[in-house]
Amino acid sequence: MWAVLLPLATATLAFLADRRAATWLIFPGAVSILASVSGLLRQVWLFGPQRHMVGGWSAPLGIELYADGLSASLLAMTAVVMSTAGFYAVQTIRRGGSHTEGCDNDFFWPLWFFLWATLNAVFLSRDIFNLYITLELLVLCSVPLLTLAGSGAALTAGMRYLLVAMLGSMCYLLGVVLLYARYDTLSIPHLGALIEPAPATLTAIALITSGLLLKTALFPLHFWLPGAHGNAPTPVSALLSGLVVKASFYLLLRLWLGAFSGALSPAAGEYLGILGSGAIIWGSLLALRQVRLKLVIAYSTVAQIGYFFLLFPLATSELARSSGHPDWVAMAGSGVLYFLISHALAKASMFLAAGCIAHAAGSDRLSELIGIGRYLPVSVFALALAGVSLIGLPPSGGFVGKWLMLTAAFGSGQWWWAIVMSVGGLLAAAYVFMVLRQAVVFRLVDIRFYEVPAGMQWTALVLALLSLLLGVSGEAPFDLLEIGSPFSPPPVDGSVP
Amino acid sequence: MNQATLYALTGVMLFVMGLRAFLLYAHLLRKILAFNIMGSGIFLLLVGIAGRVPNAAPDPVPHALVLTGIVVSVSFTAFGLVLLRRIYAKTGKTQLTDRMEHTNTE
Repeated sequence: MWAVLLPLATATLAFLADRRAATWLIFPGAVSILASVSGLLRQVWLFGPQRHMVGGWSAPLGIELYADGLSASLLAMTAVVMSTAGFYAVQTIRRGGSHTEGCDNDFFWPLWFFLWATLNAVFLSRDIFNLYITLELLVLCSVPLLTLAGSGAALTAGMRYLLVAMLGSMCYLLGVVLLYARYDTLSIPHLGALIEPAPATLTAIALITSGLLLKTALFPLHFWLPGAHGNAPTPVSALLSGLVVKASFYLLLRLWLGAFSGALSPAAGEYLGILGSGAIIWGSLLALRQVRLKLVIAYSTVAQIGYFFLLFPLATSELARSSGHPDWVAMAGSGVLYFLISHALAKASMFLAAGCIAHAAGSDRLSELIGIGRYLPVSVFALALAGVSLIGLPPSGGFVGKWLMLTAAFGSGQWWWAIVMSVGGLLAAAYVFMVLRQAVVFRLVDIRFYEVPAGMQWTALVLALLSLLLGVSGEAPFDLLEIGSPFSPPPVDGSVP
Repeated sequence: MNQATLYALTGVMLFVMGLRAFLLYAHLLRKILAFNIMGSGIFLLLVGIAGRVPNAAPDPVPHALVLTGIVVSVSFTAFGLVLLRRIYAKTGKTQLTDRMEHTNTE
């Protein structure tokens, strides 16, 4: 509960206060949110899934907040990324001048904390209408943050994102309305118990899925993402790629596994898997063609999002297909979630490092970044480490995630996804090395480099290291994800969890 | 066909018309207006759903959903319009340009 209230309070106070007072609020705000998230994490770890009815109203009118292992880990991921990216933003603002990329705007910090509040609300909600509201709020917070950069490209990218998000929301809402009309409930577990394949239901599922796919930028609906993530202020790009796209994917996951599982045929997961494979290949190929560093990273996000969607064929069609292997389902689930979290950390780190590099060189065109490794070793190292996690090399978190997904793919007999993942890994290596090649060249070129504060560079490095740490942290994260896991089969007696 | 069904069908028709306009027209203001019409269509559908049990009191939950939806719709429209004005002031265009522009130039 506090996880949502505290950032809301910080945001409102930051909005009401003037700019100087607002800077004093940021640090205590972030610390208090981190504290509440860790408190929640501990509670979920010790006592299992937590529930809280807002205001004491029970369903169907009340809003239920629910935290299981998955929610808690995503909340923790959000808190970590937002704190570090926020620290980076503070450094950017302090640096001042033309390099702030709009972060010194009066509305930056209120929007930042509103976004944090919304992300926490997404991961804690369990009824489809509340999720609709939080989806809308995500857009309403992200687009202004994105447009703070002020350039024409940022404004048009923001408008494109806004329109795509509006379309997605309308489709989602129509789906929600149809589901309510049929089943009289908005709560995900209730829907899971009641749902059956009927034309209206399938239409609703198709609408909701399309809306969420638009928002998650799955190929071929990814056209808005590179412009938006590539042109936003650097800390905002880190948030958008690291957290916001994960939120709509999380929604899709909850809905498909929790509410729609009774109505979907085994083949449905395959469709998403095919689109995911397309995303991996297409996104990686386009990343190789880019001339701007931030766009390489943005297209890399398009590709990595494809990996998440491989969860559906690995987990759902397996459920329906073979009988005696629930382990593969849980393995696929943990793998994708591990990959998701380490991707969030790695991608945020890459964007922050790219921001440092772009500040130093004055532009982020790859051709102008030759030899920058001499001047910004920390940032380039962070970029490399994050790249390691994205490619999936040991001992990073990305490796663990991919390993689990590959094992699940082979174990359940769906070896074709393994081929796609391997090709994706090779292509990721290609574009990461393409970037690093520019940076590491030790040619004595006469280029003017601006000073970049150490704080900014080390922030990027910290995130990259965290992404690696996930790979060596052993069993604990998996046990956390298992709590109240959505991947275990529903209770046989039809009781609502 | 009773009243509730009529509302619901009209709502769906409005949604489809709005969707067509949203996808076909390039002018940003038209897209925003189309979005509003799509929203109104969904709200009308919700009102129809509220009355789906004939001769009984209307279901209050869809009404709550409509109110919330209106709030969301208004805020989106407001922001979209301001962004549109900013884009016009900055670039002089009222349509989104070809998307390849951002990938290979500065």
